[in-house]
Amino acid sequence: MSIGSRKPHESAVGHVTGSAVYTDEQRRPAQMLSVYPVTAPYAHARILSIDISAALALPGCVTVLTAADVPGCNNTGVIVNDEMLFPTETVSHWGQAVVWAVGTTELAARQAAEKVVVSYEPLEPVLTIEAAIATQSFHTCPQTICRGEPQLALRSAAHQLSGELAVNPQDHFYLETQTSWVIPDGEGHYQVYSSTQHPTETQTIVAQVLGLSRNQVVVTCLRMGGAFGGKESQANPYAAIAAIAAHKTGCPVRIKLNREQDMTLTGKRHGFLGRYEVGFTAEGKITALDADLYADGGWSLDLSPPVLLRAMLHIDNAYYIPHLAVQGHIARTHKVSNTAFRGFGGPQGMLVIEEIMDHMARSLHLPPEQVREQNFYHGTGETNTTHYGQEIVDNRLARVWAEAQTQANFAARKAAIAQFNRTHPYQKRGLALTPVKFGISFNKVCYNQAGALILIYADGSIQLNHGGTEMGQGLHTKMLQVAATTLGVKIHRFRIMHTSTDKVPNTSATAASSGSDLNGQAVKDACQTLQARLAPVAATLLGLNAPTEILPEEIVFADDWAYCRNNPDAQISFEQVIAAAYTSRISLSATGYYRTPNLTWDPVAGKGQPFYYFAYGAAVSEVAVDGFTGTFQLRQVDIVHDVGESLNPLVDRGQIEGAFVQGMGWLTMEELVWDEAGRLRTFAPSTYKIPTVSEIPENFEVHLLTRAAQEGVIYGSKAVGEPPFMLAMSVREAIREAIAAFGPPGTLVPLQSPATPEAILTAIEAVQAQSRCYETV
Amino acid sequence: MEFTKKEKPLKEKPLPQQPLTLLVNGQTADLTAVSPTMTLLHYLHHSGRTGTKEGCGDGDCGACTVAVLCTGADGTLRYQAMNSCLIPVGAVAQREIVTVEGLTESFTAGLTDGPLHPVQAAMVKTGGSQCGYCTPGFIMSLFAAYYDGSVDDIAIEGNLCRCTGYLPIRRAATALMQEMAEAKPCDRFTQRLSLPSASPDPPPSLLQYLGPQEQFYRPTQIPQVLSLLQQHPNATLIAGGTDLGLDISHQRRPFPVLVSLEDVAELRQIHQTETAVEIGAAVPLSQIQSYSQTELPGVFPSLDEMLVWFAATQVRNRATLGGNIATGSPIGDLPPVLLSLDATLKITGMGDRLAPYRRTLPLADFFKGYRQTDLQPQELIELVSIPLGITPGAVRRYSQSYKIGKRGTDDISIVAAAFVIDVEASGRIVHARLAYGGVAAIPARAIAIESALMGQLWNFTTVQQIKPLLLAAFTPLSDLRGSARYRQKLVVNLFEKFFVETIEGLEN
Repeated sequence: MSIGSRKPHESAVGHVTGSAVYTDEQRRPAQMLSVYPVTAPYAHARILSIDISAALALPGCVTVLTAADVPGCNNTGVIVNDEMLFPTETVSHWGQAVVWAVGTTELAARQAAEKVVVSYEPLEPVLTIEAAIATQSFHTCPQTICRGEPQLALRSAAHQLSGELAVNPQDHFYLETQTSWVIPDGEGHYQVYSSTQHPTETQTIVAQVLGLSRNQVVVTCLRMGGAFGGKESQANPYAAIAAIAAHKTGCPVRIKLNREQDMTLTGKRHGFLGRYEVGFTAEGKITALDADLYADGGWSLDLSPPVLLRAMLHIDNAYYIPHLAVQGHIARTHKVSNTAFRGFGGPQGMLVIEEIMDHMARSLHLPPEQVREQNFYHGTGETNTTHYGQEIVDNRLARVWAEAQTQANFAARKAAIAQFNRTHPYQKRGLALTPVKFGISFNKVCYNQAGALILIYADGSIQLNHGGTEMGQGLHTKMLQVAATTLGVKIHRFRIMHTSTDKVPNTSATAASSGSDLNGQAVKDACQTLQARLAPVAATLLGLNAPTEILPEEIVFADDWAYCRNNPDAQISFEQVIAAAYTSRISLSATGYYRTPNLTWDPVAGKGQPFYYFAYGAAVSEVAVDGFTGTFQLRQVDIVHDVGESLNPLVDRGQIEGAFVQGMGWLTMEELVWDEAGRLRTFAPSTYKIPTVSEIPENFEVHLLTRAAQEGVIYGSKAVGEPPFMLAMSVREAIREAIAAFGPPGTLVPLQSPATPEAILTAIEAVQAQSRCYETV
Repeated sequence: MEFTKKEKPLKEKPLPQQPLTLLVNGQTADLTAVSPTMTLLHYLHHSGRTGTKEGCGDGDCGACTVAVLCTGADGTLRYQAMNSCLIPVGAVAQREIVTVEGLTESFTAGLTDGPLHPVQAAMVKTGGSQCGYCTPGFIMSLFAAYYDGSVDDIAIEGNLCRCTGYLPIRRAATALMQEMAEAKPCDRFTQRLSLPSASPDPPPSLLQYLGPQEQFYRPTQIPQVLSLLQQHPNATLIAGGTDLGLDISHQRRPFPVLVSLEDVAELRQIHQTETAVEIGAAVPLSQIQSYSQTELPGVFPSLDEMLVWFAATQVRNRATLGGNIATGSPIGDLPPVLLSLDATLKITGMGDRLAPYRRTLPLADFFKGYRQTDLQPQELIELVSIPLGITPGAVRRYSQSYKIGKRGTDDISIVAAAFVIDVEASGRIVHARLAYGGVAAIPARAIAIESALMGQLWNFTTVQQIKPLLLAAFTPLSDLRGSARYRQKLVVNLFEKFFVETIEGLEN
């Protein structure tokens, strides 16, 4: 079960038997306490007073945590210190936790929380991006990335259009809500178990709020019940609360948000507002784009700057735009602080350019897929270079595009659908093909590093540690495959260890799709170090003369055996090699390390080589739209996606399918609704709908691009976590095609996102209204 | 924790002193010290069985699914998937359940010694788990379906997965169906299903479960229910608990006295008379579904259609017809259907002199206002009677229902609608019912429109003429699910859709 095999998830048996342990399902230590928040009933208000006396009087209430209980810094901001853990002066979003009750049980903590009296003076909230623009409520100065002379080029363009798109936010809806345990050791140290994508940052924040150095805090992530970016920075505050409670009480403390709290307290995918002016030729070639992207940052900055930057770097998607200016803004609103979510701004930027492509195509009466294709990056040099100056070295757009059309039988189906639509007045079908190009690497260059630690025991069993966390994406499975292949042993020798900051320090978040790229290379490095030490031992055991002069690469380790390349018949078992190494006093543990080469980024100029490479994909979706209700049915999906040489096709296919469906949910049904007072009205699965199995078509084909090895990446593979999310744009565009069929050719189709039945029906009415105008002309 | 019995035993029957237990994975668990309103999910966690997961506590995600041994309508035993987050332990005392931990025979914490159950093995092989948190719920839904003989999308539509996009889970289901076609399941679970029910299901006599703060009664006869309501003015009736269960799950309010209807045999029967089908108020919806499919095929297409879209399997296995009516919600799925079918309710209660009485009420007169009904505090709905046959003189009935939500499956409706049009040989309408949910404070009929349709030809022209009237028939509200304008459009468009879809030759 080494590289390239369809090895099931390393915890699959644990998952299906219920024996896989998550943070809050560990065996509880004695005297473990629970916490419960007191939440703000206003989106924006001044805190006048906090009275905890009635709560403290309740049996079962241990204490109530307030700002005064924070021994260190009362702040959990990850880029800037703007995120008060206990707000002392104002509350900044509805449902914000103001203080936390600590109880012997969760119910006791909750009852205590209900007795806390906070008085407020309501203040005017800023609740939308438009309101933030009107009141100039921004977190940061605008950022610009520019190539060429967009305004000049716009004025000279044959055709010009302008428009606006509101890109909807999305809740992560990981099945396991935010959870942490903090266990004080009584000597001033803290063991934290957290469902976090970023143990090092959780460690940093816990140390910061406790006023400790980082070595006093160990953060361990067992596994996560889903994360999708929602536990990159936003796991930290809850670990911090539990840590403060543990510090104050001396007891172990657990926190697990219930679903309503999780959806009310935690940040979402950023809603965006995109405004654009585009210039293009009569053939539909884009010549200039001037766009503004406004991200709804929410009340604090969190990870908004890099999210916005990725949106700005992906507003080109697959398209060469000779003159392009994009300005980015982060609105400060009185809502939850929006955060990382699969794609990290990329989807929002790409949705805007896909809107533009459609806008251009319909205004010219051209097929949208034709307009898309003729704008692709191509050739070499300028036409294959992004607006931030990175040349796309290994451009696979044409390949995935052509293969997707073939796999989907695109042309024939398009003709058949046109025929269907001519004879069906009340139901229309739509077919659309959209591309994805997605840059791989953390934009912040220093995050592109990783470490591993491998411990071989004298019986030949091995512990594998690396800096990445397991959230379901199969990282641990891939790391086991990398380690087994590199070390030349069977996979069952390994025990994959929980991710812990006392094993690998200073790790980066498991994010940006980079988990296997970075940690895989670090694991490989550690294995190679060990192999270099073991080779002479094996050579001695194999009876080779002058074993110390044998080059390590002449000893082959494979499948639990070692042998000399020149004499494969004489073999020695791995266990014998290890036993001999131990007695020969050879170190059997090693660290591994990796940093991605050749990355540069100049934030001032907005230029550089921020991405190590790009991932590519294309998807064809077919839908049927009901003209009476606006409901739609996804009928068929065909995907061609580039994962390089897959480390594990079972895992990679799972990532592609899962990402697509999550993207489809974002674009079609997942609607977050706030009321006019800024109260989130969709904080449970009864009101916030993610896809179920019934929304998934029977015909759903995924093809991994073949002959696709990616040079310089672990065993020729490519990152897969985020890129396929954006393949779901094909669903939105297919819906638009179907809506268009209710009107005359060339009808523009303004379509809100998400494309709920109501949004679709509204769009149908709009094209039908155009149709009536058309008929009367 | 000792519990004291403060209440006098009922006169009808001396109370047996039963130890309160639950059979979990073949092991007897003592519930004596457990609050009867603790949810089954919390009980499982508190007793160290953490395999069953909580994803929402609302019955919407299915991560907490367990299989409960039930007696089907035909008297045979079945495993039924249910959301353990919505079931107070009082409701499952003396029953038998299987949790995810119970599928592998020799199970020790952290290790799986025995071979995996076929549904587990299929999920491993197809990559059906990623983060694994929803997986135990899927396993239990697949498990129940496996022994029911049909592992399909319907079995898992009440389980949310955020990682896989469901495709590998569907592949696991397909593989299981193939396995089952080759060899029918034969294992300790099929053996169990072939035995007579060991744990009483339902218990033969009133079960009372008295905690220090809560009392939970499971009477077996309607007079017992009425006398409990008489004795405990603060009692709340609970049937399937898929609505009330949310309040229990989230401990939103205390429930000092809960009277469960699930063991009252009279409330769990379906009868057919010459003129009507009478459905007991506590019949679970999944049972109505199978009854309608086998005993009344094609008779109530609008009922069959709505039951498909009513929540998901786990909820349909618990939710009852009476409950869906008695909650008085304006967005209940079944009231529009029942209104369109002229259903009547039989209500029973205890009068001033402790004399039981029954009354019959058209459903149309039952809903009084937002979440307000005609049901008096000491009454319960006994059955729902749906007339059979079409209007005298009519030659054909057109009938269908529609439910529109943001998500097709397992959502609360934005608008639900049910229509009945009976036409005579001339093509003229002799009977019309247009009933809607989600457009007013109560489920409501468009009575003026119904009158306007009488005597008209059931054709395109009539529908076009009626549309402007229908647009003005209701003044719905805007909320998080949809705008008032969209709702108004749906009121009209669904009727036109109904016309188009039910008239031959116009089918889309």
